[in-house]
Amino acid sequence: MEDSYSIMRIFAGSWGLVFMFTAFLAVIVFTLRPGSRSTHRDIANIPFRHDDRPAGDTDTPEQTRQIKEARQ
Amino acid sequence: MLDYVKLLILGLVAVCAAIAANYARDAAYLVHALLIMSAAAITFFYVLRSTGEPKRPVPVNQYMDGPVRAAAIATAFWGVVGFAAGTFIAFQLAFPALNFHWADGYLNFGRLRPLHTSAVIFAFGGNALLAASFYIVQRTSAARLWGGNLAWFVFWGYQLFILMAATGYLLGSTQGQEYAEPEWLTDLWLTIVWVAFLALFMGTLMKRKEPHIYVANWFLLSFIVTVAMLHVVNNLQIPVSIFGSRSVTVMSGVQNAMTQWWYGHNAVGFFLTAGFLGMMYYFIPKQAERPVYSYKLSIIHFWALIFLYIWAGPHHLHYTALPDWASTLGMVFSIVLWMPSWGGMINGLMTLSGAWDKLRTDPILRMMVTSVAFYGMSTFEGPMMSIRAVNSLSHYTDWTIGHVHSGALGWNGMITFGMLYYLFPKLWNKQRLYSLSAVSWHYWLATIGIVLYASSMWVSGIMEGLMWREVDAQGFLVNSFADTVAAKFPMYVVRGLGGVMYLTGGLIMAWNLYMTVRKGTVRRDMPAAAPAE
Repeated sequence: MEDSYSIMRIFAGSWGLVFMFTAFLAVIVFTLRPGSRSTHRDIANIPFRHDDRPAGDTDTPEQTRQIKEARQ
Repeated sequence: MLDYVKLLILGLVAVCAAIAANYARDAAYLVHALLIMSAAAITFFYVLRSTGEPKRPVPVNQYMDGPVRAAAIATAFWGVVGFAAGTFIAFQLAFPALNFHWADGYLNFGRLRPLHTSAVIFAFGGNALLAASFYIVQRTSAARLWGGNLAWFVFWGYQLFILMAATGYLLGSTQGQEYAEPEWLTDLWLTIVWVAFLALFMGTLMKRKEPHIYVANWFLLSFIVTVAMLHVVNNLQIPVSIFGSRSVTVMSGVQNAMTQWWYGHNAVGFFLTAGFLGMMYYFIPKQAERPVYSYKLSIIHFWALIFLYIWAGPHHLHYTALPDWASTLGMVFSIVLWMPSWGGMINGLMTLSGAWDKLRTDPILRMMVTSVAFYGMSTFEGPMMSIRAVNSLSHYTDWTIGHVHSGALGWNGMITFGMLYYLFPKLWNKQRLYSLSAVSWHYWLATIGIVLYASSMWVSGIMEGLMWREVDAQGFLVNSFADTVAAKFPMYVVRGLGGVMYLTGGLIMAWNLYMTVRKGTVRRDMPAAAPAE
């Protein structure tokens, strides 16, 4: 019990910490990557589509075109 | 065929619960067994009535809004109940005679206090989160809820959990861990409901028609996943008997305390923060009619919150048996949390840039913006109180109570009110709310109520902390505990009045929402297709 505590404690303070911190930095770098602006603008507008009905077969061609565009 | 399986299971549950009720070793268990029996029996007859009937086709090209409506009504109902319970126990503290002798052991402060906290956090907040997640995940995935009637199971299952928890508190069934009071049977039932909730949410996300997952869903998903993890780990208990509500916790001593506050703080972090941020990131853009200020910032807000919050728990255990390094870790992470919290607040507020004029005319948006302001204020106060030196003054005093309420009433309450005011006309297909001036009344009553509450608790808490540590020239304590209790009386009355105002606002809201459904003008301009942007 004593020993497994120290091993865990040392691991958490070294490799665990490095892993967490690197993963966090990677997320931020990926978020700020060049060229992501238009993607993010598109995602930010999701709440303003499909307010009344789910996307489906009955969609107007206009909506289908937009979903296709977003998928590209 | 499936109906017969359901009937078999429900019948078995009802019979087993009846047997358990017969063998019950304590009153709380008896009531819980009877509740489960009735719930299973009612569901049995409900399923029986539709068995063998031709199935109605599922309207796949419509959103499933029934459970959203039910959860929205439940939110308003439990909100008023929870605020009333809170106001009553506030006056119990000011006037101890309100702990009636005839109701001793049922309606005294000690029994009602967990009833109040659970009613507002889990019943009011939980139903608000159910409504928000059901609504948001459909709209932002452009898909109907997954799993057929699973959403109804989650909704009614959660109400059963609330009833079991509430009756348990009044009958003295508690495992003594704050915000995790329900005993093993109630815990097991919540686990089942929560797994269904996770499946429902994930299933809907998986069949989404939008290529990306909108940020509100990230927050809501993290709330569901983390609460599942916290709930299971903090409730590792061994029941004393399967026919009794008592149980023994697996961990003991400081490990148990640390697990409890790891749970407790992340209940704040993921239930009351991440989940409600999901609401903020959907309903503020919708009400302001413009996309979130910076989507990149919202992603960073999310990941920073996830990476940091989980470590902040130890700040609840300063100056205890907990190792110093652990409480320092908790303190440091709490202070680092300033950054994502304020990033998120700025993101929410700046969403209004270019639309600030709407605040003059739209009391709903005003409510939402005020809630974000309170989010910023309480996430500033919290880290400050987690600093060891500040904590030595603030801990165990009313300051903590004031801090919690500025967050809960200001942030969680106001954003939920805003959401309800947005949702009710939408869900019942009405042109607008019944009365906008009633919303303004609610807004001002709630805001002034919070101000009275928070400021009286600051005064009371700091005074109490200073009185406790005051020593005379010989090194003797100057004040007895009863001296501090007597000194707090005026602040307790002011706090109770703040509660009365907040409760009145809640009642006005309930009336306004009811009238919107009953008397509101029907929305005429039903658009044939949703606007593109």
